[in-house]
Amino acid sequence: MNFTPAREAPEQSAQPLDQPRLDLAVIADMVASGARVLDVGCGDGALLQLLAQKKGVDGRGVELSQRGVNECVAKGLSVIQGDADTDLADYPDDGFDYVILSQTLQATRRPRAALANMLRIGRRAIVSFPNFGYWRVRTQLAVTGRMPVTGHLAYRWHDTPNIHLCTIRDFVELVDQLGARIERGVALDRSGAPIRFNAPWWVWNLFGEQAVFLLERGGGQR
Amino acid sequence: MSIVSEARPACGEGLAPKTVVFEPDRPLLTDGGGRIAPLAIAYETYGALNAARSNAILLCHALTGDQYAAGVHPVTGKPGWWEAMVGPGKPFDTDRYFLICSNVVGGCMGTTGPSSINPATGKAYGLDFPVVTIRDMVRAQAMLIDHFGIETLFCVAGGSMGGMQVLQWAASYPERVFSAMPIATAAKHTAQNIAFHEVGRQAVMADPDWRSGRYQEQGVRPEKGLAVARMSAHITYLSEAALQRKFGRKLQDRSAPTFSFDADFQVENYLRYQGLAFVERFDANSYLFVTRACDYFDLAADYGGSLAMAFKDTKTRFCVVSFTSDWLYPTSDSRAIVHALNAGGASVSFVEIESDKGHDAFLLHEPMFVATTRGFLNSAAAARGLAPNGNSK
Repeated sequence: MNFTPAREAPEQSAQPLDQPRLDLAVIADMVASGARVLDVGCGDGALLQLLAQKKGVDGRGVELSQRGVNECVAKGLSVIQGDADTDLADYPDDGFDYVILSQTLQATRRPRAALANMLRIGRRAIVSFPNFGYWRVRTQLAVTGRMPVTGHLAYRWHDTPNIHLCTIRDFVELVDQLGARIERGVALDRSGAPIRFNAPWWVWNLFGEQAVFLLERGGGQR
Repeated sequence: MSIVSEARPACGEGLAPKTVVFEPDRPLLTDGGGRIAPLAIAYETYGALNAARSNAILLCHALTGDQYAAGVHPVTGKPGWWEAMVGPGKPFDTDRYFLICSNVVGGCMGTTGPSSINPATGKAYGLDFPVVTIRDMVRAQAMLIDHFGIETLFCVAGGSMGGMQVLQWAASYPERVFSAMPIATAAKHTAQNIAFHEVGRQAVMADPDWRSGRYQEQGVRPEKGLAVARMSAHITYLSEAALQRKFGRKLQDRSAPTFSFDADFQVENYLRYQGLAFVERFDANSYLFVTRACDYFDLAADYGGSLAMAFKDTKTRFCVVSFTSDWLYPTSDSRAIVHALNAGGASVSFVEIESDKGHDAFLLHEPMFVATTRGFLNSAAAARGLAPNGNSK
């Protein structure tokens, strides 16, 4: 499984759009039934479909690739062609209950602005991303002295769409800076199984290959 | 209802066998304060209306289009303007949907327009015809839809000026529009759009045979002016890439320039042909009126300057489509519509189709456009409970 390069032209995408993603079920579990959901970087609409089936959500999507948008529209999903970096600003405040950014944060030009916009558009945001603090990533860099290339981070440094990689600790710090609250957090290990919530931070940051966070807008924000 | 009489051609040259005439007790009152009565609306239908009257689609034609969306056009002998999209098994599937397409008010293919007889004078309206707006066109269409006894349209679809009508339908009659496809269009005419239209109108009016719009009575037609108007407009429907690919600097039936003002270049010859072919089928005064209707279109202006308010709390499902090389109504125009729909909380899909064919791409067979339309209509049909045979589930 690779990470969806949401900002990359789809036709050259290294990742088939129909490949199921482990984090989708975890995300779906975080969404309340019947909620209004905006999925940013929705790809082929797999998550929106899952959310419609399991949670009866009123879902909308934003996707950069024409292929992805066409697949979504053909499935009956309401999806618009757009870019997480430029188009979120046009959404009104509180238009949605949840704004989801699944495996896309690391590919945005301005992750902080994207996250701030998400928490403006929805009271809650769900973000999943690859953890650059994962021990295999650290080991590769430490031992080989080269930029890590793993199953999850399958690109070489010069052709990767993942231009803003971070660790779980980095992300938590950004959330804090934005004045948002972490409502739930799940780290997934190499097998895709969630690491227990009460594990200490350093365990998450070391053994989580990817992370999923449910954030709530802070009271002080806006 | 005694107000309606069927199949009586009220204007034009009896070209349109399918015409509804609304008698003077049901006039069309226009945005400009005018009154059109009687009002004839010429239309075509394709496919069959189901028992629940839930499978009707209104197709809105573009500036110089007409009701002949499919089949053979009675004047030109050519296929209908949306032959690529309308027919059995095509996205606008005549085996599944009941398609209605009517000539706009102000047009010249059977619906009342400036070439129709003004009952007050017994002569053609000419410039005495009330200046109509996109909203007036939609009001007239709504009268036709009422006439068919259709409460809610399954879909309203159209490109360019037709797309403006789609937007107006969704804003004016949100509860009557289940789904909407505004294609290659804009929520308002820009200065550049108005400018091109003004060039066209001035070309018509500069023709000595225009006679202040009274050419019909005097037995002449301002064909040269109308042809020039069409030539300049036609350029805006194409893209530079498409023109370059098709014509480049190729010469017409000659190996060297003639050092004259003959149509040396193929592109000149092509435009002259387009102009000549157009005057065969279109009325010069109608051209003034329909271009004017587009110029006055600014949907947000009717809603306090906020396009989002035009679509507030709408339940209509939208699919907005633009084409990459369309510089007449570029993608940014469609994005403005999408942003407004998003702000209004609407269910909206938006696709920008890759094409180098310019504005006219929406009339052509573009596979991605076909697939998008099919997917959107299929999902809307499922939500509407329409079976593949067009019956209500």
